[in-house]
Amino acid sequence: MNKAEILVIGSGPAGLKASLSAADQGAGVTLVERDPFLGGQLVKQTHMFFGSKEQYASERGFKIAEKLTAAAEEHPGVRVLKGAAALGYYDDNVVTLELKGRVLPVSYDAMIMATGAQENTLMFPNCDLPGIYGAGAVQTLMNVYGVLPGKRVAMLGAGNIGVIVSYQLLQAGVEVPAIIEAAPEIGAYHVHASKVRRMGVPIYTSQTVVSAHGSDALEKIIMVELDDSWQPVPDTVRELDVDVLCIAVGLTPLTEILFQAGCEIAYIPELGGHVPRRSAVMETSVANIYIAGDVSGIEEASAAMVEGTIAGLTAAFNLGYGRDSYEQKIAAANLELDALRKGPTGEKIRTGLQNLKKTGEVRQ
Amino acid sequence: MRIQVHPILEFKKGKKISFTYDGITVEGYEGEPIAAALHAAGVRVLSHSRNFKRPRGFWCAIGNCSSCNMRVNGIPNVRTCVEPLQDGMTVETQQGRGVIGGVPGE
Repeated sequence: MNKAEILVIGSGPAGLKASLSAADQGAGVTLVERDPFLGGQLVKQTHMFFGSKEQYASERGFKIAEKLTAAAEEHPGVRVLKGAAALGYYDDNVVTLELKGRVLPVSYDAMIMATGAQENTLMFPNCDLPGIYGAGAVQTLMNVYGVLPGKRVAMLGAGNIGVIVSYQLLQAGVEVPAIIEAAPEIGAYHVHASKVRRMGVPIYTSQTVVSAHGSDALEKIIMVELDDSWQPVPDTVRELDVDVLCIAVGLTPLTEILFQAGCEIAYIPELGGHVPRRSAVMETSVANIYIAGDVSGIEEASAAMVEGTIAGLTAAFNLGYGRDSYEQKIAAANLELDALRKGPTGEKIRTGLQNLKKTGEVRQ
Repeated sequence: MRIQVHPILEFKKGKKISFTYDGITVEGYEGEPIAAALHAAGVRVLSHSRNFKRPRGFWCAIGNCSSCNMRVNGIPNVRTCVEPLQDGMTVETQQGRGVIGGVPGE
């Protein structure tokens, strides 16, 4: 059987940082990625990041992916398996992978799950019409493969993903006639929202899509205004001709393998739904299984990188590596996380983490 | 439709190749997902829902949702949003659940 000292599943910002931090401490890392390339969602981010120098502020996401990918592929302590999808968890610390059409069991001493999240959908009549796509899916099509999703694209959701993808649609030369947000306020950072507004894209708050229409693919959507209790306001219905509607209404952590492994799971809406219970240093309730990034709670890529660092350091420490530098490095990482989560934009994640903590101590 | 010029990104494409979609010859780039090549060629309906035969297209782009499943080189239920395109591939709209090893699905 294939043996991995530390098995890292997922090579987005969390998985890459987890791999590098554990390998830097001297541990042997096997990094598994189902895509044919490393970087996860970073590869399609054309905007510059916030945060501090440690989280690559003022660099574009895809450039960060290039740097971290090169670092992981060149690191003598990291073995990279691309095009390998994790299929399931088995007793005695074994995970099976699908690699080149074959099933490959891998046993590990420690495992760091950094599987990320998947996009939420929204139910309304004809919501399954071709032309209605996840906003992240459109971002992949456009920014990774250079294919335009359509000619006129409406965005449902004015959180960071909705607003940033709208800007990227404009960059690619696509018309964006509307960003539609059911909440009374824009959820995205205002620097992003004001940028798309300056480029002439209206953001309609307290409005939603009630139905979609088209014969074989999307031709138009029907919008309506919402009152204070989120109910449709009579006589406010209007039509908008679009060939694509992007859905950007949040993400759900990809926790299947953690459920299988028997990790204790809590339902915390602020973190995106069902998330594993975990210690302050990213240990789950099952011995030798750690988490980092969106699978532990939906947050920004910058925080995912720091969580990855913490999970990697802790997994290595518990296997006997980096005993001298551990406390100091964890303290530095915690300061970075605190800085990222301060202020009004961090309120949701702070509340979510407090609520998760209220479910009790995590015991391995 | 493909992006011709982009202010920030450069697209590294594989070599131009051809494949068939329901018998029609279509061009694409080697290694890109089959669904991306189809979308660039204007194909938006990739599959149909099981019971009501409603048209289904691209949705998640990460191989999770099954909305893009098609028959590729005779193999049913291939996730075309993540399956790399190769020269000479036969891509077909799938009818029903497909047949694997001579055993039809329910």
